[in-house]
Amino acid sequence: MEKRTVYADNAATTAMSERALEAMKPCFMQIYGNPSSLHSVGQEAKELLGACREKIAACLGCEPSEIYFTSGGSEADNQCIRSAALFGARKGKRHIVSTAFEHHAVLHTLDKLKKEGFEVTLLDVHKNGVITAEEVKAAIRPDTALVTVMYANNEIGTIQPIREIGKVCREAGVIFHTDAVQAVGHIPVNVREDCVDMLSLSAHKFHGPKGVGALYCKKGLPLSTLIEGGAQEKGKRAGTENIAGIAGMAAALEEACENLGANMARLTAMRDRLIAGLLKIPYSGLNGDPVRRLPGNVNMSFEGAEGESLILSADAEGICLSSGSACTTASLKPSHVLMSLGLPHEIAHCSLRITLADTNTEEDVDYMLEKLPGVVNRVRSLSSLWDDYVSGKIPHVL
Amino acid sequence: MALYSEKVMDHFTNPRNVGVIEDADGVGEVGNAVCGDIMKIYLKIDGGVITDVKFKTFGCGSAIASSSMATEMIKGKPLSQALELTNKAVAEALDGLPAHKMHCSVLAEEAIRAAIKDYYDRHGIEYDKSQFPDPHEEEEEGPED
Repeated sequence: MEKRTVYADNAATTAMSERALEAMKPCFMQIYGNPSSLHSVGQEAKELLGACREKIAACLGCEPSEIYFTSGGSEADNQCIRSAALFGARKGKRHIVSTAFEHHAVLHTLDKLKKEGFEVTLLDVHKNGVITAEEVKAAIRPDTALVTVMYANNEIGTIQPIREIGKVCREAGVIFHTDAVQAVGHIPVNVREDCVDMLSLSAHKFHGPKGVGALYCKKGLPLSTLIEGGAQEKGKRAGTENIAGIAGMAAALEEACENLGANMARLTAMRDRLIAGLLKIPYSGLNGDPVRRLPGNVNMSFEGAEGESLILSADAEGICLSSGSACTTASLKPSHVLMSLGLPHEIAHCSLRITLADTNTEEDVDYMLEKLPGVVNRVRSLSSLWDDYVSGKIPHVL
Repeated sequence: MALYSEKVMDHFTNPRNVGVIEDADGVGEVGNAVCGDIMKIYLKIDGGVITDVKFKTFGCGSAIASSSMATEMIKGKPLSQALELTNKAVAEALDGLPAHKMHCSVLAEEAIRAAIKDYYDRHGIEYDKSQFPDPHEEEEEGPED
């Protein structure tokens, strides 16, 4: 096949959709008002803001008044978790349940809360990267203030039994937050049916713009502020609203939700074709559950082929991917997600993540299936560790 | 700016001296699978001169480029000169490495030392032990995640 550029790192970020861009355009020179202004120019912007809130609420199955705009997923995670922790602490509850493979926006917030006197239980995610509602139930104590479990994992794409966990939390009277940054716009998410109390999302993961996100906070739950200032977002998030970003996010989410079923079916087929094709490479393995998995997520390890070298070699073929190898994290440790699955270091270092979006085509899959075996072979041909596997000095793991 | 210099990418894309020397006079292996870098260097030595050198490296782009560059820098050189090769010189020859990748050039220096020490040990050649400090004794802890 002729050389092409294949962007398959859509869990990192996505290209903006045409519809999102079109929704943003008027917000710069026409609807430029400040929604807090009383005059007509300001009120026009306020109306747009309200319409965007309604669209997002409709996609999540909640009331518009339960949506708060933020600068992205990280801010939403920080605010939700801190709010629930503060609320719990007022009643003497200082225990939080989460999982070992959350995003750092969650884990680092929990680390800070630990220093402030909270106790955190991180559940084991097992070899397949899925926890059970029973495990959450068993971890909940009388002093548990919050359960926070990601909807779907950003590296291995495993989808958690959110609805079952939500029910367990509801029965126990514990606030349930989910980091749904990788899920919203990709799989069905409904906060009412899922018994979710708080949720975080980020626009650029579903073809919206970067620098904007939202959180859902169930009516009646107290949200505390991270950023002090004006009375925007009902006094819960100060700062003049990012109208263009919010308009782009609402349009992108509406579009993603309209096409959800069709996109899921198409991407799942492409994903499974990629996995089946790449598993033909000797001594390779899939990381994470094969079925409970985001439609576009492929995460594999190739024995003896280090992740960063795989990325650079794939990039030379025009294929943009990512890895959980230590060398890509600016530390000497491989990804905490892959380590949480109990993978040996040498397998975690040799991972490759391919994340597809609806912008990818069957030809992209063909191209990757044609080029990636050669990429793996090339990296292995340089590898002393691969020599050790081949000579039998160390046993194969995959 | 790209993560790596053009030189690093050249040595990653077209690495020099890749391979194994079956009847090597000295072999040095450093690093481990836990930290994600293993470098193995094979030397052919004649009359105190490195007549051939090959490497195999499990690791990232800068580990492979550092191996390639380091082997180029010692090929055809007397052992005394090869022992003087520093990680800084390897990194400089590659037009620099990102700060968190400097340990890759350290591995290259250590692998060459280990291979020369192996040659001395195998051939019963006397040497100044202070020239070969155990790298693990002064190993620094990596940055926290």
